[in-house]
Amino acid sequence: MTDKFDKEPADASPPASTAIAPEAIKAIPVRHYGRYVSAVVVLALVALLINAFATAEKIQWDAVGDKLFDSTVLAGAGRTLLISVLAMIVGVVLGIVLAVMRLSKNPVTSWVAWAYIWFFRGTPVYVQLLLWFNLALIFPMLNLGPIYKDEMTDVMTPFMCALLGLGLNEAAYMAEICRAGLMAVDEGQTEAAHALGMSHGKTLRRIVIPQAMRVIVPPTGNEFINMLKTSSLVYAVTYNELLRATSTIGSTSYAVMEMLFVASIWYLVMTSIFSVFQYYLERRYARGTLRQLPPTPWQKIKANMLSLGRERGAA
Amino acid sequence: MSAMVKSEGVHKSFGALEVLKGIDLEVKSGEVFCLIGPSGSGKSTFLRCINHLEKINAGRLYVDGELVGYRQKGDKLYELKDSEVALQRRDIGMVFQRFNLFPHMTAVENVMEAPIQVKGASRAQARERARELLERVGLADKAGSYPAQLSGGQQQRVAIARALAMDPKLMLFDEPTSALDPELVGDVLDVMRDLAESGMTMVVVTHEMGFAREVGDSLVFMDGGVVVESGNPRDVLTNPQHERTQSFLSKVL
Repeated sequence: MTDKFDKEPADASPPASTAIAPEAIKAIPVRHYGRYVSAVVVLALVALLINAFATAEKIQWDAVGDKLFDSTVLAGAGRTLLISVLAMIVGVVLGIVLAVMRLSKNPVTSWVAWAYIWFFRGTPVYVQLLLWFNLALIFPMLNLGPIYKDEMTDVMTPFMCALLGLGLNEAAYMAEICRAGLMAVDEGQTEAAHALGMSHGKTLRRIVIPQAMRVIVPPTGNEFINMLKTSSLVYAVTYNELLRATSTIGSTSYAVMEMLFVASIWYLVMTSIFSVFQYYLERRYARGTLRQLPPTPWQKIKANMLSLGRERGAA
Repeated sequence: MSAMVKSEGVHKSFGALEVLKGIDLEVKSGEVFCLIGPSGSGKSTFLRCINHLEKINAGRLYVDGELVGYRQKGDKLYELKDSEVALQRRDIGMVFQRFNLFPHMTAVENVMEAPIQVKGASRAQARERARELLERVGLADKAGSYPAQLSGGQQQRVAIARALAMDPKLMLFDEPTSALDPELVGDVLDVMRDLAESGMTMVVVTHEMGFAREVGDSLVFMDGGVVVESGNPRDVLTNPQHERTQSFLSKVL
């Protein structure tokens, strides 16, 4: 503060101060009573639900705790993760190939890709799994000429059924996601790259695909999280993944519901971890399209802590 | 002076719509050649034919004596392979109305991309040259910015630097200031004026009559897919002979 005395009267004079800055509005905010009521109702319902589970005598909660880190369960969770990752890799690679085929100017490749997508998206993945599982009924031998020949039942192990069933189904969805991504890139980008003398391949690789990734990555993350859950269907082809592992324990130890809880906990753990991973991946591909990257959850928490003392707006 | 661009009876149709109905003109080496006309007159389409972004349906188009997009053997015409077309385009820079910068790369990366990918320049070499070019267009301090962080005028100047990085012998400008706020137009025109003074051959589709008059060496007025009037910009703009030119200029000037 300045200690110059003669400045004081000028600052305090009413006409000057009103002209410079009008007084900030201090109004009583509208009270949203409906919000308070609905919050109380919802909390009460949640409390009832928790209470029902916590006090249910038939649930052996210690069984859930005991079996959560059981080696069979962990192995099952590992296989769920393994089959999901591998099926996703098959899906992404084949999906990109199908997307490029679908966008190709060659009508034959485009039509074949269309037919593939039509079949694999049009039939339930459960049916597809059973088709692979029972393939030996119509083709007892797998005969690839001089390269490979074996009994179909030896080839179609539960693992192979699961991988092909999930992977080939996923490819159809990935193809549509990739196609949408490639088409979402403005044609001006291709033109600009061509005008600079870049070849088709380089334009695709350096200019189009990196931009398409922004459109492709978020739904692909969703697909993977779905895959983690859909993989429980391979129960049907006797692949010993998480659901099958827990169910087996459940039926022998008369703790069916408890083991389903264990399975749910592991599915939640896996999907939650990958949701966080996906968030950072999306953030990375948003580079260049947003003026400012959205804050990470940690940055948001810090910002919220700072504004905690301040009054909240209408929200 | 030799002809940098030579157009003989160029026709172009999109389906049933005939956009260019026989364009004959010649752009001399080192000159600034302005194309004006109402929208839909075919001037942008013609510009895009010069670097084969559009295939012409009839006529012949030469850049620096070389047939664009085709090879003539006897009286047979062969379509060029994509790689050969790409080779022709290396020497022709193009600046678009909507900038078309690569949004996932910074300004300096945008300028470096083609020299590295097409000419096989080293990263260090390309970066140094890119910085020089950005400085030339007055954006040395924006090298690390992404296009979304730049104003329209800045983006267009980066786009010009990007085209110059390939050391073109011909620059095509497709309404380079039409998507800009009026107060940003001047910066882009300054860069173009500077480029013209350095002796670059430029074909400019524009609505900036002031620029055409001041910097242009030749001017063509197009309408309905044909050249209506051509000549020295100062003559055509101040004393148009054709009725259609007169009515167009009375609306835009």
